[in-house]
Amino acid sequence: MKTKFGITIMLVAGVAVLAAFGTDYSQFHQPLAKDQEILHALNRLTFGPRPGDVEAVRKMGLKKWIDQQLHPERIAENPELTERLKPLASLTMSPGEIATNYPPPVVVQAMLNGLLPMPADPEARARMELQAQRLRAKQEGKAELKDKQGKGGDPLQQAMRQQVLAVTDPVERRKLIANNTPQQVLAYDLNEAKLYRAIYSNRQLEEQMADFWFNHFNVYMDKGADRILTSSYERDAIRPHVFGKFRDLLQATAESPAMLFYLDNWQNVSPDRAQAGGRFAKQKAKQSRGLNENYARELMELHTLGVDGGYTQQDIIEVARCFTGWTINQPNRGGEFMYNDRVHDKGEKTVLGVKIPAGGGQEDAERVLDILARHPSTARFISTKLAKKFVADDPPPALIDHMAKTFHDTGGDIRAVMASMLESREFFSEGAMRSKVKTPLELVVSAVRATGAEVNFAVPLAAQIAQLGQPLYRKIEPTGYPSANAEWVNSAALLARMNFALALTSNRVPGIRVDQSQFDDNVAATGRQVLFHEPSKQTLDSIGKALTQRDPSPGLVAGLVLGSPDFQRR
Amino acid sequence: MTSRRLFLKSSALAMFGMGAAPAWLSRALYAADAPSPRKKILVAIFQRGAVDGLNMVIPFGEKNYYKLRPNLAIPKPDGTEDAAIDLDGFFGLHPALSPLKPIYDAGHMAIVQAVGSPDPTRSHFDAQDYMESGTPGRKATLDGWLNRSLAQQPNPSPVRAVSLGTALPRSMRGPNEAVAIANLNDFKIRDTRGAGSFESMYDTTLDQVLGGAGRETFEAVKLMQSIQQQPYAPSGGVQYPNSPLGQNLMQIARLIKSDVGLEVAFAEMGGWDTHFNEVGARPTQGQLANLLSQFGSALAAFYQDLGDRMADVSVVTMSEFGRTARENGSRGTDHGHANVMFAFGGGIRGGKVHGEWPGLEQEQLYEQRDLQLTTDFRDVLGELVVRHLGNPRVSSVFPGYEQPKFRGIVAG
Repeated sequence: MKTKFGITIMLVAGVAVLAAFGTDYSQFHQPLAKDQEILHALNRLTFGPRPGDVEAVRKMGLKKWIDQQLHPERIAENPELTERLKPLASLTMSPGEIATNYPPPVVVQAMLNGLLPMPADPEARARMELQAQRLRAKQEGKAELKDKQGKGGDPLQQAMRQQVLAVTDPVERRKLIANNTPQQVLAYDLNEAKLYRAIYSNRQLEEQMADFWFNHFNVYMDKGADRILTSSYERDAIRPHVFGKFRDLLQATAESPAMLFYLDNWQNVSPDRAQAGGRFAKQKAKQSRGLNENYARELMELHTLGVDGGYTQQDIIEVARCFTGWTINQPNRGGEFMYNDRVHDKGEKTVLGVKIPAGGGQEDAERVLDILARHPSTARFISTKLAKKFVADDPPPALIDHMAKTFHDTGGDIRAVMASMLESREFFSEGAMRSKVKTPLELVVSAVRATGAEVNFAVPLAAQIAQLGQPLYRKIEPTGYPSANAEWVNSAALLARMNFALALTSNRVPGIRVDQSQFDDNVAATGRQVLFHEPSKQTLDSIGKALTQRDPSPGLVAGLVLGSPDFQRR
Repeated sequence: MTSRRLFLKSSALAMFGMGAAPAWLSRALYAADAPSPRKKILVAIFQRGAVDGLNMVIPFGEKNYYKLRPNLAIPKPDGTEDAAIDLDGFFGLHPALSPLKPIYDAGHMAIVQAVGSPDPTRSHFDAQDYMESGTPGRKATLDGWLNRSLAQQPNPSPVRAVSLGTALPRSMRGPNEAVAIANLNDFKIRDTRGAGSFESMYDTTLDQVLGGAGRETFEAVKLMQSIQQQPYAPSGGVQYPNSPLGQNLMQIARLIKSDVGLEVAFAEMGGWDTHFNEVGARPTQGQLANLLSQFGSALAAFYQDLGDRMADVSVVTMSEFGRTARENGSRGTDHGHANVMFAFGGGIRGGKVHGEWPGLEQEQLYEQRDLQLTTDFRDVLGELVVRHLGNPRVSSVFPGYEQPKFRGIVAG
């Protein structure tokens, strides 16, 4: 016991030294004890250990467990997850089906005007008619309606609504929401699915990777058509490639309607050919149309090379020219990717010194993706970002070199890059252990997992994560959320973390139940139970001191530990 | 006024017990009664995403503006709501910013055109970082200009530097205490049974990162308790818009009027990255017009709510870079260079568009596409730090920028 405390204190002090003086990489050469290795792997590769996880990994062997996590298809999925995902119907729909079943106002209007057929399914049809009624009322100028558009509405009403929804059967619950605000179902389904997977999936590393890559290729679901396109984006463009080839992932995101819409490439056309004829030119005859640089820039800055990866403003223009004509067929109706040769720039382009000959078509942009995926800056940029997420905010350069070399040698095989990171001594080092502050998503999900809480409605949990500063699927900027500690440690966020911890263990978060009888009266025992290691002396003393006068309810003690500095790190 | 301050004083002191109140608290509470002038306050507002400054303050006297923007240009002032609002015969305000015109006319709002960062980056994220760190082109700077603009002092108020929102922006990070507050009324441990334990944990922890932030948090929580006890009513029935910026500015006003020692505050508004459909059916409608309307009405409400207190307060607005002088192919604009900044307050020499106008002829454009820079953003911020906040050490607030050229936006 004593030695363990010593280690913890030394470790924390080491992290503090690192934070104060920057680059001392010697800590990344200090190996971990066997048991620490298991806990560290669970903290980094999963959304936090559940009761029994440490023992299970020990029994299987750490190496084998990691290998399994790198091959999720070999892991049987948790039936508790499957059962929870089943009612979330929009998750398996195509964008077109989503547009019909959960119509955005433009689609309702088109149906009203007879431009689109009414849905065949009687339930969807009834829902559509209800929406049509509302739309008409709005158009007739009901001024009061405007006031209610304020985001979020009355917090008290919202809280009550969540309480009611939380005790409703999932299928009925979705009907209630769909009749009221059909578009909200899409956000709810995505949020619920993400949280259920993070909490219940046995394929934890796959979920961490899905989160990483969605965030890397971020889209904002509240931007127009992205409301109906985001579901398919995560399912069809991101998830199939999380351990695959980077080039395939890049292709899938580049041609996904969600990304084409989010970064405006669907509007990117050759200025010379826009007037030349065709449907677009007729529709908007008096407008000049032309290049839109938005996607080209973020493709290089954020998706591949990195901001210092060695491209110029001229490269951005050339890449934008290559991507002219990559568009969407009717985005608001859930349209698919479409290449429109009529608006493609047919001239010669030079991208990062490589000539792309005149007269090309759709393949011009494919060439760009080849060049970018193979570029050494991309190997470095992606390796660095993975290491910052999984190892430390300031990962040792030797590790980055090693990962980037793997990236290069394997033609951008993401599984191989991850394996090279997980086999490195830097990953299992004191420099890495507990060096990362949990993101709000990690904090909330790890608390739910540590307490073995039963979740039957995950939207209130998503609301908690939003209050902590990380609204899911709602990062407006294409950067996605940062993973650096400094971004998440501030007074508003810390208070929100402490408040969440106490609310969770006192069963005040609707839709989630923590079994309080599992916790011991003994503060240290409860601490060990949810931290999976010895609590710090400071945390124990602080709880002990403040609770001496009262009856320490075990739920309260667990909440205090979950809100402590100890639990904020992983 | 007096009765509220008395109430504040007694309730705050009661919490600590007489004699046990920390020095900053008694100083903050008695500051208003002391003969020495009140502390000056600087509020910085960041328009994230790069606002189109050429459509915010329109150079309607510039012929090429209308050539470069056939679909986007705001018409010359003609007295209608569908045209620019004349400021000086050459520049005009976007009509959606009409709530700000009275402040300009009263001589309390200054505009700087063609201002920005000399760094050529057109990356939002680098440019925001450079502007917030105050060191364009230097990525190693970890702290921000607003934090560094605070003078070192013993026992500073825990809420001398406040950012509204769930994150602490780069501008606010640094050696001086700075807190992020999402919502004043909810800035507390809700379950009182846990408050003492949490405070002690974060006070004693060996984790420097979490401990430091935790201690700042709990000091600020105590101070907020006194404010939370009374509901806030803006002066003269002013209605803040129900937008995040409106609500956040209302909370800053509340902090200012509570005299708890606020010196610098930060708020932000996003959504300005208008690559596509920047304007609606008419150039004065649509996406940008809606954003500017939210922006202008929030600023105007803040100005009216503070009333006489604006004598001690300056507000400055900024955005990471401007947008292309020429409209793009999808009724929008791409990333550009120089932009526009606003400064308003009792001590601002307003009613004027400051800065040299570089022109919009092809050969006058930066890299033949963007508005040239004629004023460094540090000239504006530096002047506010020195002449408004009274911190003469401008070289430590903007390292590497020893001699800012003040534009005369602060009176006196």
